[in-house]
Amino acid sequence: MKRDEPRLLEGRPEHAPALAPVTADPRYIGVAVPRPNIQRLVEGAGTYIDDIELPRMGHVVYWRSPVAHARIEGIDATEARKMPGVIAVIDGKQVASVCKPWVAVLAHLQGIKSAPEYALAIDRAHWQGEPVVAVVADTRAKAEDALAKLHVDWEALPAVTDIETALDAATPVIHPDLGDNLCFQRTLDTGAVDDAFAKADAVCETTFHFGRHTGVTLEPRCQIADWNAPEKRLTVYHSFQAPHMMQDLYCRQFSLPEDAVRVVCKDCGGSFGIKVHAYPDDFATVAVSMLLKRPIKFVADRLESFTSDIHARHHRVKARIAAAKSGEILAFEIDDLTGIGPFSVFPRTSGIEGNQVVNLTGGPYKHKQYRARMKVVFQNKVPTCQYRGVGHPIACAVTEGLVDLAAQKLGIDPLAMRKQNVIPDDAYPATGASGIRLEVLSHEACLAKIERMMNYQGLRAEQAALRRQGVFRGIGFATVIELTNPSAAFYGVGGARISAQDGATIRLEPSGAVTVMVGVGEQGQGNDGIFAQIAADAVGIAIERVRLVMSDTDITPYGGGTWASRGAGIGGEAILLAGLALRKNILDVAAAILKRPADGLAVFRGDVVDAGTSEVLMALSELGRIAYFRPDTLPAGFQSELMVTRHYAQRDYPFIFTNGVQASHVEVDADTGFVKLLAHWCVEDCGRVINPMLVDEQMRGAIVQGIGGALFEECLYDQAGQLLNGSMMDYLVPMAAEMPDIHVAHVETPTRSSKLGAKGAGEAGTAGAPGAVMNAINDALAPFECAVHSQPITPEKILRALGKV
Amino acid sequence: MSAASAKRTIRVIVNGEARECDVEPRTHLVDCLREELGLKGSHLGCEHGVCGACTVRLDGEIVRGCLVLAVQADGGDVRTVEGLSANGTGRELQRAFVARNALQCGFCTPGMLAAALELVEQRPNATRTQVREWMSGNYCRCTGYHAIVDAVCEVLAQGAAAKTITGATG
Repeated sequence: MKRDEPRLLEGRPEHAPALAPVTADPRYIGVAVPRPNIQRLVEGAGTYIDDIELPRMGHVVYWRSPVAHARIEGIDATEARKMPGVIAVIDGKQVASVCKPWVAVLAHLQGIKSAPEYALAIDRAHWQGEPVVAVVADTRAKAEDALAKLHVDWEALPAVTDIETALDAATPVIHPDLGDNLCFQRTLDTGAVDDAFAKADAVCETTFHFGRHTGVTLEPRCQIADWNAPEKRLTVYHSFQAPHMMQDLYCRQFSLPEDAVRVVCKDCGGSFGIKVHAYPDDFATVAVSMLLKRPIKFVADRLESFTSDIHARHHRVKARIAAAKSGEILAFEIDDLTGIGPFSVFPRTSGIEGNQVVNLTGGPYKHKQYRARMKVVFQNKVPTCQYRGVGHPIACAVTEGLVDLAAQKLGIDPLAMRKQNVIPDDAYPATGASGIRLEVLSHEACLAKIERMMNYQGLRAEQAALRRQGVFRGIGFATVIELTNPSAAFYGVGGARISAQDGATIRLEPSGAVTVMVGVGEQGQGNDGIFAQIAADAVGIAIERVRLVMSDTDITPYGGGTWASRGAGIGGEAILLAGLALRKNILDVAAAILKRPADGLAVFRGDVVDAGTSEVLMALSELGRIAYFRPDTLPAGFQSELMVTRHYAQRDYPFIFTNGVQASHVEVDADTGFVKLLAHWCVEDCGRVINPMLVDEQMRGAIVQGIGGALFEECLYDQAGQLLNGSMMDYLVPMAAEMPDIHVAHVETPTRSSKLGAKGAGEAGTAGAPGAVMNAINDALAPFECAVHSQPITPEKILRALGKV
Repeated sequence: MSAASAKRTIRVIVNGEARECDVEPRTHLVDCLREELGLKGSHLGCEHGVCGACTVRLDGEIVRGCLVLAVQADGGDVRTVEGLSANGTGRELQRAFVARNALQCGFCTPGMLAAALELVEQRPNATRTQVREWMSGNYCRCTGYHAIVDAVCEVLAQGAAAKTITGATG
């Protein structure tokens, strides 16, 4: 076999260095292969949940609390029930007869507390948008008609809306049984922080604000619950990231055995963490199906999405940095206050984002001293939970904002300041000041690469020249670390029944094609593409001959699904191991047929070949024919095994960290406060790049989500807890015209915790963009000696900083 | 049922096929396409005309399927993503979108393609900035738009190149 067969390089960006291959027939891993699975999506032939219609299916809509906090005094459904097509009107007590309430806490978040939450609120509603009553009809439109005829008596209760006063004695306690409005708190202190600040040449301090925002998946949350009463079996079609997690939760909340619940995910119209949580209406829809013994479809409309999808962020961080004259960073200190709504969200809890802020602040740097205080408080707003980036955008913007303040105060170039302080590339494994364990990172290589890529010195020269003409441009950097490939440390150790492991089953079909069943699903990232690439290379066949089966708890190996950037690193590794195992089994069959030693054979381009001469000995279709249809011709005692399963769990580190750096180039109009994004650069290191095009696209999409939070997106509430901008007309998201071209380059430092060496790539873009854009704006504002550290950075905030309004 | 909600029969040519269905006057075109005619390719993202996921072509112009009533399309000609491959430029856009990964979850893609097709037909000389402006009526949460702009620009460039060749040989 020709081991030196040149790899297919078409489309592969020149900047991506080739790593040694991990398979004997490398053709696809590392190459910009288009996703085989998306042709049907461009032809309108996908199957999203709302596209599915089942016989006797009812449509449910929910009456949701119109105010932030209310006592439910009575429900009169008389008129609603008389409306055409109405099947039922169901309240919280009826749902509670089949579905238990939950309390979302985890043992490793010491002291976290929350209150029992019901699928439909009973007696009291805790946020504007909490579901209270289910109205079911034979079409969605008729259900909405009936909803307008439902009479619910409610009395408004005092609402907790301000995080700053949530813990004050005068503030009402949302859940009296909990004693106060504190959900969770954590402190961290390395011990000599005060000394570090005392001896610093420069101390810079500011307060950062991060607005609440939300995921705005273009396909809203949706599901079809189908309770088959005679079979006592529940099937849920769900637009979701973690089907096995939901299977487990439905079993527990509805007291069903595991084998009675099947969760199936089809095409998913965007998720970003919005579709990894268990929502009250998920359980309510299942309960309605069980009570009515028929399939029930729920599809949120856009207003429901804004008032019931999880929100995220909403942090106020007082922070300071200590640095020496030399530019050395000595210490960071933060005080983070974050509001999470009235409940910790099931089952991952709402303590994680704040926890991540504590873990990650200062993460790229080699300072030794760090102190953090963090409080998570309840409030009567939409619950917040993990959304793309989870704490990273906060920690990164705080860290990088402080680094720029210190650099400015010391008169040091911000890029030079970062080069001086990052943990050097030869210092790994390392432990950060917060205690995070870092396997291997490449900050220095990434910083060097971005400097060349963006022509940094040229941009600085241009900036100086333009300033003299009254044009104010700014350059901002954000050095990023991102936790990916999580071990059980994320959820399992805390008692959450969320798999840290994933698996893949690969079957050789008689024709020589392979079918791959994998627990990690597809929500647009391109897992379907990279999994096919890995399987094809591992077995030694053409990618066109790989078919994937994903996200069906009846079929796929038990697994965690898609979150914490684990798809490529965990799911991809399971497929690689399964594919290599299948290849070995194929060679054993070939050896038996050909009566030659297996170690002299190879699978190459779909054939069994002589490993030494590359002579084609047998097509896989012939091997499949004999193994399946003529096993009688195989040697006595030999059994072919052409379907294998392998699992992988990352157990070497709590997380495998990735790193990268982003740079933003902006122009600020000092008269209007408008920011024009001129360009954005990103150098990322997600270990082995399986498909550079898809990694580029993950980076770009994530960066734009980060830019959304930095410049536009905020769930605005009035003091009574009313959401003021619950439509896409009013809640601004990035659109094509405002976004810059985004230039992406790669550094590849594989993790040694797996054979594949891939780390996650899905969230680092969102982690870094807000810090980079904020720093660029403040760099542009530097001649005016003002800065904005409150996101979203709106024109109004800029004009206020400039003293113009 | 009131007179206002009494169903009306409409006749529409959809992707070249003559279709007839009974709809309530309040039914939006996209709901009619999805629920009455079984064409699930057009998607609902916001239902108030902002996101563009339901963009379809009605009598040669793109419209928001959630802002046009089905009865307004009576006697009209509707083209949806399912019929896009019939058109050479539509097919080229589909190819470029796949080649450049200009879609991730694919939910916005039918609307993106409809908007892009009209752009390529009406503004064959559009610049990259003009492509960004034209496509800014369609929301994509996944891609960050860069690859979508690349794909549309590629098809525009192909058109320009084809014209040059035609000019040279013709």
